[in-house]
Amino acid sequence: MFVYADNAATTAMSKAAANAMLPAMGELYGNPSSLHQKGREANMALMGARETIAKCLNAEPREVYFTGCGTEADNWAITEGARLGALAGKRHIISDTIEHHAVLHTLRRLEKQGFEVTYLPVHENGMVRLDELEAAIRPDTCLVTIMFVNNEIGTVQPIREIGKLCRERGVLFHTDAVQAVGHVPVDVAADNIDMLSLAAHKFHGPKGVGALYCKKSIRLQNFIEGGAQERNKRGGTEAIPSILAMAAALKESCAHLEENMEKVSAMRDRLIEGLSEIPCSRCNGDPDHRAPGIVSFCFEGIEGESLLLRLDLAGICASSGSACTSGSLDPSHVLLALGMPHEIAHGSLRLSLCEYNTMEEMDYILSQLPDIVRTLREMSPVWMHKLETMEDPYLAVK
Amino acid sequence: MAMEYSEKVMEHFARPHNVGTIEDANGVGEVGNAKCGDIMRMYLKINDEEIIEDVKFQTFGCASAIATSSIATDMIKGKPLSEALNLTNKAVVEALDGLPAVKVHCSVLAEQAVKAAVADYYQRRGVPCPIDLDAFDHEHEHGEEE
Repeated sequence: MFVYADNAATTAMSKAAANAMLPAMGELYGNPSSLHQKGREANMALMGARETIAKCLNAEPREVYFTGCGTEADNWAITEGARLGALAGKRHIISDTIEHHAVLHTLRRLEKQGFEVTYLPVHENGMVRLDELEAAIRPDTCLVTIMFVNNEIGTVQPIREIGKLCRERGVLFHTDAVQAVGHVPVDVAADNIDMLSLAAHKFHGPKGVGALYCKKSIRLQNFIEGGAQERNKRGGTEAIPSILAMAAALKESCAHLEENMEKVSAMRDRLIEGLSEIPCSRCNGDPDHRAPGIVSFCFEGIEGESLLLRLDLAGICASSGSACTSGSLDPSHVLLALGMPHEIAHGSLRLSLCEYNTMEEMDYILSQLPDIVRTLREMSPVWMHKLETMEDPYLAVK
Repeated sequence: MAMEYSEKVMEHFARPHNVGTIEDANGVGEVGNAKCGDIMRMYLKINDEEIIEDVKFQTFGCASAIATSSIATDMIKGKPLSEALNLTNKAVVEALDGLPAVKVHCSVLAEQAVKAAVADYYQRRGVPCPIDLDAFDHEHEHGEEE
Protein backbone atom coordinates (compact mmCIF):
# COMPACT_ATOMS: atom_id res chain seq x y z
CA MET A 1 0.00 0.00 0.00
CA PHE A 2 1.14 3.55 -0.68
CA VAL A 3 0.15 6.33 1.73
CA TYR A 4 1.01 9.98 1.28
CA ALA A 5 0.91 11.46 4.78
CA ASP A 6 3.09 14.53 4.25
CA ASN A 7 0.46 17.06 3.25
CA ALA A 8 1.95 19.77 5.44
CA ALA A 9 5.03 19.61 3.19
CA THR A 10 2.94 19.83 0.06
CA THR A 11 -0.31 18.48 -1.33
CA ALA A 12 -1.26 16.80 -4.57
CA MET A 13 -2.82 19.23 -7.03
CA SER A 14 -6.58 18.92 -7.29
CA LYS A 15 -8.33 18.15 -10.57
CA ALA A 16 -10.06 21.51 -10.27
CA ALA A 17 -6.71 23.26 -10.02
CA ALA A 18 -5.18 21.35 -12.92
CA ASN A 19 -8.23 22.00 -15.07
CA ALA A 20 -8.12 25.70 -14.26
CA MET A 21 -4.51 25.78 -15.35
CA LEU A 22 -5.05 24.17 -18.73
CA PRO A 23 -6.59 27.11 -20.64
CA ALA A 24 -3.77 29.35 -19.48
CA MET A 25 -1.31 26.91 -21.01
CA GLY A 26 -3.32 27.03 -24.25
CA GLU A 27 -5.53 29.74 -25.68
CA LEU A 28 -5.40 32.01 -22.66
CA TYR A 29 -1.85 33.13 -23.30
CA GLY A 30 -2.32 36.90 -23.31
CA ASN A 31 -0.51 39.27 -21.03
CA PRO A 32 -3.07 40.79 -18.65
CA SER A 33 -1.38 44.17 -19.10
CA SER A 34 -2.02 44.21 -22.89
CA LEU A 35 -4.92 46.27 -24.15
CA HIS A 36 -5.94 43.97 -27.01
CA GLN A 37 -8.45 41.16 -26.79
CA LYS A 38 -5.93 38.52 -25.75
CA GLY A 39 -4.74 40.75 -22.96
CA ARG A 40 -8.25 41.62 -21.86
CA GLU A 41 -9.18 37.95 -21.83
CA ALA A 42 -6.24 37.13 -19.54
CA ASN A 43 -6.96 40.15 -17.38
CA MET A 44 -10.56 39.04 -16.92
CA ALA A 45 -9.37 35.64 -15.77
CA LEU A 46 -6.88 37.24 -13.40
CA MET A 47 -9.53 39.50 -11.92
CA GLY A 48 -11.80 36.51 -11.46
CA ALA A 49 -9.07 34.64 -9.58
CA ARG A 50 -8.39 37.61 -7.35
CA GLU A 51 -12.09 37.92 -6.57
CA THR A 52 -12.35 34.23 -5.75
CA ILE A 53 -9.42 34.34 -3.37
CA ALA A 54 -10.66 37.55 -1.75
CA LYS A 55 -14.08 36.01 -1.23
CA CYS A 56 -12.58 32.90 0.40
CA LEU A 57 -10.76 35.12 2.90
CA ASN A 58 -13.62 37.61 3.28
CA ALA A 59 -11.40 40.34 1.90
CA GLU A 60 -11.70 42.78 -0.98
CA PRO A 61 -10.05 41.86 -4.28
CA ARG A 62 -7.73 44.87 -4.11
CA GLU A 63 -6.43 43.60 -0.78
CA VAL A 64 -5.02 40.46 -2.41
CA TYR A 65 -1.47 40.56 -3.83
CA PHE A 66 -0.18 37.56 -5.72
CA THR A 67 3.32 36.42 -4.78
CA GLY A 68 5.69 33.65 -5.76
CA CYS A 69 5.17 31.69 -2.54
CA GLY A 70 4.16 31.89 1.10
CA THR A 71 7.71 32.68 2.12
CA GLU A 72 7.72 35.76 -0.10
CA ALA A 73 4.44 36.92 1.42
CA ASP A 74 5.89 36.50 4.93
CA ASN A 75 9.03 38.41 3.98
CA TRP A 76 7.04 41.20 2.41
CA ALA A 77 4.50 41.59 5.18
CA ILE A 78 7.00 41.60 8.03
CA THR A 79 9.48 43.87 6.29
CA GLU A 80 6.66 46.31 5.53
CA GLY A 81 5.20 46.15 9.02
CA ALA A 82 8.64 47.01 10.38
CA ARG A 83 9.26 49.79 7.85
CA LEU A 84 5.90 51.41 8.58
CA GLY A 85 6.61 51.14 12.30
CA ALA A 86 10.00 52.76 11.96
CA LEU A 87 8.40 55.68 10.10
CA ALA A 88 6.37 56.30 13.24
CA GLY A 89 9.43 55.81 15.47
CA LYS A 90 8.32 52.33 16.58
CA ARG A 91 10.92 49.60 16.34
CA HIS A 92 9.59 46.77 18.49
CA ILE A 93 8.07 43.59 17.06
CA ILE A 94 6.39 40.67 18.82
CA SER A 95 6.42 37.11 17.52
CA ASP A 96 6.86 33.65 19.03
CA THR A 97 9.40 30.87 19.10
CA ILE A 98 7.70 28.34 16.80
CA GLU A 99 7.29 30.43 13.67
CA HIS A 100 8.38 29.16 10.27
CA HIS A 101 11.87 30.21 9.21
CA ALA A 102 10.30 32.49 6.60
CA VAL A 103 9.21 34.60 9.57
CA LEU A 104 12.08 33.93 12.00
CA HIS A 105 14.85 34.65 9.52
CA THR A 106 13.14 37.84 8.36
CA LEU A 107 12.94 38.91 12.00
CA ARG A 108 16.62 38.10 12.52
CA ARG A 109 17.47 40.39 9.62
CA LEU A 110 15.35 43.16 11.15
CA GLU A 111 17.10 42.67 14.48
CA LYS A 112 20.39 43.30 12.73
CA GLN A 113 18.88 46.50 11.37
CA GLY A 114 18.10 47.72 14.87
CA PHE A 115 14.62 46.40 15.51
CA GLU A 116 13.91 44.71 18.79
CA VAL A 117 11.94 41.46 18.69
CA THR A 118 10.17 39.77 21.59
CA TYR A 119 9.64 36.04 21.03
CA LEU A 120 6.74 34.86 23.14
CA PRO A 121 7.13 31.42 24.69
CA VAL A 122 4.64 28.78 23.60
CA HIS A 123 4.81 26.52 26.64
CA GLU A 124 4.52 22.74 26.59
CA ASN A 125 1.41 22.69 24.45
CA GLY A 126 2.73 25.00 21.76
CA MET A 127 0.23 27.79 22.42
CA VAL A 128 0.80 31.53 22.65
CA ARG A 129 -0.87 33.01 25.74
CA LEU A 130 -2.93 36.14 25.34
CA ASP A 131 -1.96 37.59 28.70
CA GLU A 132 1.70 37.22 27.79
CA LEU A 133 1.10 38.90 24.46
CA GLU A 134 -0.75 41.74 26.16
CA ALA A 135 2.07 42.22 28.64
CA ALA A 136 4.63 42.27 25.82
CA ILE A 137 2.96 45.07 23.85
CA ARG A 138 4.79 48.35 24.40
CA PRO A 139 4.19 51.90 23.21
CA ASP A 140 6.83 51.33 20.53
CA THR A 141 5.46 47.98 19.31
CA CYS A 142 4.71 48.25 15.60
CA LEU A 143 3.98 44.67 14.57
CA VAL A 144 2.76 41.37 15.94
CA THR A 145 3.37 38.33 13.73
CA ILE A 146 2.00 35.01 14.95
CA MET A 147 1.28 31.99 12.80
CA PHE A 148 -2.25 30.68 12.42
CA VAL A 149 -1.46 26.95 12.35
CA ASN A 150 1.94 25.55 13.20
CA ASN A 151 3.38 23.41 10.42
CA GLU A 152 5.06 20.86 12.69
CA ILE A 153 2.75 20.32 15.62
CA GLY A 154 -0.51 21.66 14.21
CA THR A 155 -1.41 24.02 17.04
CA VAL A 156 -4.05 26.59 16.09
CA GLN A 157 -3.35 29.90 17.80
CA PRO A 158 -6.15 32.12 19.14
CA ILE A 159 -5.89 34.34 16.08
CA ARG A 160 -9.18 36.18 16.49
CA GLU A 161 -8.34 37.18 20.07
CA ILE A 162 -4.79 38.11 19.14
CA GLY A 163 -6.13 40.25 16.29
CA LYS A 164 -8.63 41.92 18.57
CA LEU A 165 -5.97 42.74 21.12
CA CYS A 166 -3.65 44.15 18.45
CA ARG A 167 -6.42 46.27 17.02
CA GLU A 168 -7.30 47.65 20.44
CA ARG A 169 -3.68 48.55 21.02
CA GLY A 170 -3.17 49.99 17.54
CA VAL A 171 -0.55 47.43 16.52
CA LEU A 172 -0.38 45.85 13.05
CA PHE A 173 -1.10 42.14 13.04
CA HIS A 174 0.31 39.72 10.49
CA THR A 175 -0.31 35.98 10.47
CA ASP A 176 1.48 33.29 8.52
CA ALA A 177 -1.60 31.29 7.53
CA VAL A 178 0.15 28.96 5.11
CA GLN A 179 -1.04 25.86 6.98
CA ALA A 180 -4.45 27.33 7.81
CA VAL A 181 -5.99 28.62 4.60
CA GLY A 182 -8.13 25.94 3.02
CA HIS A 183 -7.94 23.80 6.17
CA VAL A 184 -9.62 25.80 8.93
CA PRO A 185 -12.02 28.76 8.73
CA VAL A 186 -10.12 31.96 7.95
CA ASP A 187 -11.95 35.28 7.87
CA VAL A 188 -9.65 38.29 7.82
CA ALA A 189 -12.43 40.64 8.88
CA ALA A 190 -13.83 38.61 11.78
CA ASP A 191 -10.34 37.50 12.82
CA ASN A 192 -9.03 41.10 12.92
CA ILE A 193 -6.13 40.28 10.62
CA ASP A 194 -4.21 43.12 8.94
CA MET A 195 -1.87 41.00 6.85
CA LEU A 196 -1.92 37.30 6.02
CA SER A 197 0.32 34.98 4.00
CA LEU A 198 -0.85 31.93 2.10
CA ALA A 199 0.64 29.38 -0.31
CA ALA A 200 -1.31 27.53 -2.99
CA HIS A 201 0.44 24.17 -2.78
CA LYS A 202 -0.73 23.59 0.77
CA PHE A 203 -4.36 23.38 -0.37
CA HIS A 204 -4.03 21.38 -3.60
CA GLY A 205 -2.90 24.29 -5.71
CA PRO A 206 0.37 24.44 -7.66
CA LYS A 207 3.81 25.16 -6.24
CA GLY A 208 5.44 28.52 -6.83
CA VAL A 209 2.47 30.77 -6.15
CA GLY A 210 1.07 32.38 -3.03
CA ALA A 211 -0.63 35.54 -1.91
CA LEU A 212 -0.42 38.30 0.61
CA TYR A 213 -3.61 39.75 1.98
CA CYS A 214 -3.01 43.30 3.12
CA LYS A 215 -5.74 45.47 4.56
CA LYS A 216 -6.44 48.35 2.21
CA SER A 217 -5.70 51.04 4.81
CA ILE A 218 -2.07 49.88 4.98
CA ARG A 219 0.19 51.67 2.51
CA LEU A 220 2.52 48.97 1.24
CA GLN A 221 5.77 49.97 -0.37
CA ASN A 222 6.62 48.42 -3.73
CA PHE A 223 8.23 45.04 -3.22
CA ILE A 224 9.40 44.48 -6.79
CA GLU A 225 9.94 47.57 -8.94
CA GLY A 226 9.39 47.78 -12.64
CA GLY A 227 5.80 46.97 -13.44
CA ALA A 228 2.25 48.04 -12.81
CA GLN A 229 1.19 44.56 -11.73
CA GLU A 230 -0.31 44.04 -8.29
CA ARG A 231 -1.16 47.74 -8.06
CA ASN A 232 2.47 48.65 -8.76
CA LYS A 233 3.55 46.85 -5.60
CA ARG A 234 4.98 43.73 -7.16
CA GLY A 235 6.12 44.14 -10.72
CA GLY A 236 6.43 41.21 -13.09
CA THR A 237 4.02 39.52 -15.45
CA GLU A 238 1.55 37.51 -13.44
CA ALA A 239 1.86 33.71 -13.29
CA ILE A 240 -1.58 33.30 -14.81
CA PRO A 241 -1.67 29.48 -14.99
CA SER A 242 -0.64 29.16 -11.37
CA ILE A 243 -2.87 31.96 -10.13
CA LEU A 244 -5.95 30.52 -11.85
CA ALA A 245 -5.15 27.11 -10.41
CA MET A 246 -4.63 28.55 -6.94
CA ALA A 247 -8.03 30.24 -7.08
CA ALA A 248 -9.75 27.06 -8.25
CA ALA A 249 -8.05 25.02 -5.54
CA LEU A 250 -8.97 27.47 -2.80
CA LYS A 251 -12.54 27.78 -3.99
CA GLU A 252 -12.93 24.02 -3.83
CA SER A 253 -11.23 23.73 -0.43
CA CYS A 254 -13.40 26.45 1.05
CA ALA A 255 -16.60 25.04 -0.46
CA HIS A 256 -15.94 21.71 1.27
CA LEU A 257 -14.22 23.09 4.34
CA GLU A 258 -16.57 21.72 6.95
CA GLU A 259 -16.91 18.24 5.54
CA ASN A 260 -13.17 18.04 4.91
CA MET A 261 -12.43 19.15 8.47
CA GLU A 262 -14.73 16.50 9.80
CA LYS A 263 -13.30 13.75 7.63
CA VAL A 264 -9.66 14.68 8.21
CA SER A 265 -10.10 15.21 11.97
CA ALA A 266 -11.60 11.74 12.29
CA MET A 267 -8.56 10.23 10.58
CA ARG A 268 -6.23 12.34 12.71
CA ASP A 269 -7.95 11.19 15.90
CA ARG A 270 -7.76 7.58 14.80
CA LEU A 271 -4.01 7.96 14.29
CA ILE A 272 -3.51 9.73 17.61
CA GLU A 273 -5.48 7.07 19.40
CA GLY A 274 -3.54 4.24 17.77
CA LEU A 275 -0.11 5.80 18.14
CA SER A 276 -0.74 6.68 21.79
CA GLU A 277 -0.78 2.96 22.50
CA ILE A 278 2.90 2.72 21.63
CA PRO A 279 4.79 2.75 24.95
CA CYS A 280 6.89 5.83 25.71
CA SER A 281 5.33 7.92 22.97
CA ARG A 282 3.90 11.38 23.23
CA CYS A 283 1.60 13.42 21.03
CA ASN A 284 2.94 16.94 20.55
CA GLY A 285 0.86 20.09 20.48
CA ASP A 286 -2.41 21.01 22.11
CA PRO A 287 -5.23 18.49 22.35
CA ASP A 288 -7.98 21.06 21.88
CA HIS A 289 -6.44 23.54 19.45
CA ARG A 290 -5.16 21.24 16.74
CA ALA A 291 -5.38 21.52 12.96
CA PRO A 292 -7.46 18.75 11.39
CA GLY A 293 -4.59 17.20 9.45
CA ILE A 294 -1.44 17.41 11.56
CA VAL A 295 -0.27 14.66 13.89
CA SER A 296 3.06 15.02 15.64
CA PHE A 297 4.54 12.33 17.84
CA CYS A 298 7.81 11.62 19.61
CA PHE A 299 8.95 8.08 20.26
CA GLU A 300 11.59 7.70 22.91
CA GLY A 301 14.74 5.76 22.16
CA ILE A 302 14.71 6.08 18.39
CA GLU A 303 15.79 8.62 15.82
CA GLY A 304 13.42 10.24 13.36
CA GLU A 305 15.27 9.78 10.10
CA SER A 306 15.49 6.02 10.59
CA LEU A 307 11.82 5.93 11.37
CA LEU A 308 11.01 8.04 8.34
CA LEU A 309 13.03 5.89 5.95
CA ARG A 310 11.64 2.65 7.35
CA LEU A 311 8.16 4.06 6.83
CA ASP A 312 9.15 4.99 3.31
CA LEU A 313 10.23 1.40 2.69
CA ALA A 314 6.74 0.41 3.84
CA GLY A 315 5.20 2.84 1.35
CA ILE A 316 4.35 5.59 3.84
CA CYS A 317 5.50 9.18 3.23
CA ALA A 318 5.92 11.22 6.41
CA SER A 319 8.38 13.73 7.84
CA SER A 320 10.43 14.27 10.97
CA GLY A 321 11.81 17.18 12.95
CA SER A 322 14.99 15.28 13.73
CA ALA A 323 18.31 16.97 13.07
CA CYS A 324 19.33 14.29 10.60
CA THR A 325 16.45 14.99 8.27
CA SER A 326 17.24 18.67 8.09
CA GLY A 327 20.96 18.26 7.66
CA SER A 328 21.56 20.46 10.68
CA LEU A 329 22.84 19.58 14.11
CA ASP A 330 19.80 20.53 16.08
CA PRO A 331 16.39 18.98 16.01
CA SER A 332 13.41 21.15 15.12
CA HIS A 333 13.29 24.53 16.86
CA VAL A 334 9.57 23.98 17.31
CA LEU A 335 9.98 20.82 19.38
CA LEU A 336 12.80 22.39 21.41
CA ALA A 337 10.55 25.42 22.06
CA LEU A 338 8.09 23.05 23.74
CA GLY A 339 10.82 22.35 26.28
CA MET A 340 11.55 18.92 24.86
CA PRO A 341 15.05 17.48 25.43
CA HIS A 342 17.18 17.03 22.30
CA GLU A 343 17.25 13.25 22.55
CA ILE A 344 13.46 13.03 22.52
CA ALA A 345 13.03 15.66 19.82
CA HIS A 346 15.29 13.53 17.60
CA GLY A 347 12.60 10.84 17.68
CA SER A 348 9.87 12.95 16.20
CA LEU A 349 7.48 12.06 13.43
CA ARG A 350 4.91 14.16 11.63
CA LEU A 351 2.05 12.62 9.73
CA SER A 352 -0.02 15.21 7.90
CA LEU A 353 -3.30 14.31 6.27
CA CYS A 354 -5.77 15.75 3.82
CA GLU A 355 -9.18 14.81 2.50
CA TYR A 356 -7.59 12.57 -0.13
CA ASN A 357 -6.48 10.17 2.60
CA THR A 358 -8.70 7.32 3.76
CA MET A 359 -9.40 5.53 7.02
CA GLU A 360 -7.94 2.37 5.44
CA GLU A 361 -4.68 4.23 5.02
CA MET A 362 -4.74 5.17 8.71
CA ASP A 363 -5.22 1.51 9.57
CA TYR A 364 -2.32 0.63 7.32
CA ILE A 365 -0.09 3.20 9.05
CA LEU A 366 -1.13 1.77 12.41
CA SER A 367 -0.37 -1.74 11.19
CA GLN A 368 3.20 -0.74 10.24
CA LEU A 369 4.39 2.03 12.53
CA PRO A 370 4.33 0.29 15.94
CA ASP A 371 6.46 -2.59 14.63
CA ILE A 372 8.94 -0.23 13.02
CA VAL A 373 9.28 1.70 16.28
CA ARG A 374 9.78 -1.53 18.16
CA THR A 375 12.39 -2.85 15.71
CA LEU A 376 14.38 0.38 15.91
CA ARG A 377 14.14 0.37 19.69
CA GLU A 378 15.43 -3.17 19.84
CA MET A 379 18.63 -2.02 18.19
CA SER A 380 18.89 1.22 20.15
CA PRO A 381 21.34 1.59 23.04
CA VAL A 382 19.29 4.57 24.24
CA TRP A 383 16.26 2.35 24.61
CA MET A 384 18.40 -0.31 26.33
CA HIS A 385 19.65 2.31 28.80
CA LYS A 386 16.05 3.24 29.43
CA LEU A 387 15.12 -0.36 30.15
CA GLU A 388 17.71 -0.39 32.91
CA THR A 389 15.56 2.06 34.81
CA MET A 390 12.12 0.69 33.99
CA GLU A 391 10.35 -2.51 33.21
CA ASP A 392 10.18 -3.36 29.51
CA PRO A 393 6.82 -1.88 28.49
CA TYR A 394 6.54 -4.34 25.65
CA LEU A 395 6.51 -7.22 28.12
CA ALA A 396 3.68 -5.58 30.00
CA VAL A 397 1.56 -4.94 26.89
CA LYS A 398 1.55 -8.39 25.36
CA MET B 1 16.88 18.97 1.79
CA ALA B 2 16.68 15.60 0.18
CA MET B 3 19.67 13.31 0.47
CA GLU B 4 20.68 10.42 -1.67
CA TYR B 5 21.80 7.25 0.03
CA SER B 6 23.55 4.56 -1.99
CA GLU B 7 21.81 1.23 -2.48
CA LYS B 8 24.37 -0.31 -0.19
CA VAL B 9 23.49 2.10 2.62
CA MET B 10 19.80 1.37 2.18
CA GLU B 11 20.51 -2.36 2.15
CA HIS B 12 22.39 -2.23 5.44
CA PHE B 13 19.82 0.15 6.91
CA ALA B 14 16.83 -1.98 5.93
CA ARG B 15 18.46 -5.27 6.97
CA PRO B 16 21.39 -4.49 9.24
CA HIS B 17 23.85 -7.29 9.99
CA ASN B 18 25.00 -8.25 13.49
CA VAL B 19 22.40 -6.33 15.46
CA GLY B 20 22.17 -7.14 19.14
CA THR B 21 24.34 -7.79 22.16
CA ILE B 22 26.89 -10.44 23.19
CA GLU B 23 26.43 -11.52 26.77
CA ASP B 24 29.97 -12.74 27.30
CA ALA B 25 31.62 -10.02 25.25
CA ASN B 26 35.16 -9.24 26.32
CA GLY B 27 35.24 -5.81 24.69
CA VAL B 28 32.43 -3.28 24.73
CA GLY B 29 32.56 0.30 23.49
CA GLU B 30 30.03 3.05 23.25
CA VAL B 31 30.46 6.38 21.46
CA GLY B 32 28.31 9.36 20.53
CA ASN B 33 25.59 11.00 22.54
CA ALA B 34 21.83 11.13 22.33
CA LYS B 35 21.77 14.90 22.26
CA CYS B 36 23.54 14.89 18.91
CA GLY B 37 21.25 12.17 17.70
CA ASP B 38 23.50 9.14 17.44
CA ILE B 39 24.98 6.57 19.78
CA MET B 40 26.74 3.35 18.81
CA ARG B 41 27.57 0.48 21.08
CA MET B 42 29.84 -2.37 19.91
CA TYR B 43 30.27 -5.77 21.50
CA LEU B 44 33.31 -7.90 20.66
CA LYS B 45 34.04 -11.52 21.45
CA ILE B 46 37.75 -11.98 20.94
CA ASN B 47 39.36 -15.42 21.29
CA ASP B 48 42.79 -16.39 22.57
CA GLU B 49 44.29 -16.13 19.10
CA GLU B 50 43.05 -12.54 19.04
CA ILE B 51 40.54 -13.26 16.34
CA ILE B 52 37.22 -11.41 16.51
CA GLU B 53 34.95 -14.40 16.79
CA ASP B 54 31.76 -12.43 17.05
CA VAL B 55 30.64 -8.84 16.92
CA LYS B 56 27.26 -7.19 17.53
CA PHE B 57 26.08 -3.63 17.64
CA GLN B 58 23.29 -1.43 18.88
CA THR B 59 22.76 1.97 17.33
CA PHE B 60 20.49 4.91 17.98
CA GLY B 61 20.65 7.17 14.98
CA CYS B 62 19.83 7.88 11.39
CA ALA B 63 19.91 5.47 8.48
CA SER B 64 23.60 6.08 7.83
CA ALA B 65 24.47 5.55 11.49
CA ILE B 66 22.80 2.15 11.34
CA ALA B 67 24.35 1.31 7.97
CA THR B 68 27.88 2.29 9.00
CA SER B 69 27.57 0.22 12.20
CA SER B 70 26.32 -2.74 10.22
CA ILE B 71 29.08 -2.68 7.61
CA ALA B 72 31.78 -2.00 10.19
CA THR B 73 30.80 -5.19 12.01
CA ASP B 74 30.95 -7.10 8.72
CA MET B 75 34.42 -5.71 8.05
CA ILE B 76 35.91 -6.99 11.31
CA LYS B 77 33.96 -10.16 11.98
CA GLY B 78 36.20 -13.24 11.92
CA LYS B 79 39.25 -11.05 11.39
CA PRO B 80 42.35 -10.65 13.52
CA LEU B 81 42.18 -7.87 16.09
CA SER B 82 44.79 -5.93 14.14
CA GLU B 83 42.25 -5.37 11.37
CA ALA B 84 39.87 -3.72 13.82
CA LEU B 85 42.71 -1.52 14.99
CA ASN B 86 43.38 -0.46 11.43
CA LEU B 87 39.74 0.17 10.48
CA THR B 88 39.28 3.66 9.10
CA ASN B 89 36.14 5.68 8.53
CA LYS B 90 37.27 6.09 4.94
CA ALA B 91 37.17 2.34 4.41
CA VAL B 92 33.67 2.27 5.93
CA VAL B 93 32.50 4.99 3.54
CA GLU B 94 34.02 3.18 0.57
CA ALA B 95 32.44 -0.12 1.55
CA LEU B 96 29.06 1.62 1.53
CA ASP B 97 29.67 3.11 -1.94
CA GLY B 98 29.87 6.55 -0.38
CA LEU B 99 27.90 8.66 2.09
CA PRO B 100 26.37 12.11 1.69
CA ALA B 101 28.82 14.73 3.00
CA VAL B 102 26.65 15.59 5.99
CA LYS B 103 26.66 11.92 7.01
CA VAL B 104 30.38 11.25 6.92
CA HIS B 105 30.53 11.77 10.69
CA CYS B 106 28.54 8.52 11.06
CA SER B 107 31.46 6.59 9.58
CA VAL B 108 33.80 8.31 12.03
CA LEU B 109 31.52 7.19 14.80
CA ALA B 110 31.55 3.60 13.53
CA GLU B 111 35.36 3.57 13.49
CA GLN B 112 35.44 5.03 16.99
CA ALA B 113 32.90 2.53 18.31
CA VAL B 114 34.98 -0.39 17.09
CA LYS B 115 38.15 1.09 18.54
CA ALA B 116 36.49 1.89 21.85
CA ALA B 117 35.46 -1.77 22.12
CA VAL B 118 39.00 -2.91 21.31
CA ALA B 119 40.40 -0.50 23.88
CA ASP B 120 38.00 -1.95 26.42
CA TYR B 121 39.29 -5.42 25.58
CA TYR B 122 42.87 -4.39 26.29
CA GLN B 123 41.88 -2.55 29.42
CA ARG B 124 40.07 -5.60 30.80
CA ARG B 125 43.21 -7.66 30.27
CA GLY B 126 45.39 -5.04 31.86
CA VAL B 127 47.42 -4.76 28.68
CA PRO B 128 48.44 -1.37 27.31
CA CYS B 129 46.20 -0.42 24.42
CA PRO B 130 48.09 -0.03 21.14
CA ILE B 131 45.74 2.79 20.05
CA ASP B 132 45.66 6.21 21.57
CA LEU B 133 42.28 6.50 23.26
CA ASP B 134 42.72 10.21 23.71
CA ALA B 135 42.93 10.63 19.95
CA PHE B 136 39.18 10.72 20.00
CA ASP B 137 36.80 11.52 22.75
CA HIS B 138 33.24 10.36 22.76
CA GLU B 139 31.93 13.69 21.57
CA HIS B 140 32.15 12.89 17.90
CA GLU B 141 32.95 15.52 15.35
CA HIS B 142 30.28 17.13 13.27
CA GLY B 143 32.75 19.36 11.50
CA GLU B 144 32.20 17.91 8.04
CA GLU B 145 28.66 19.12 7.79
CA GLU B 146 29.23 22.82 8.02
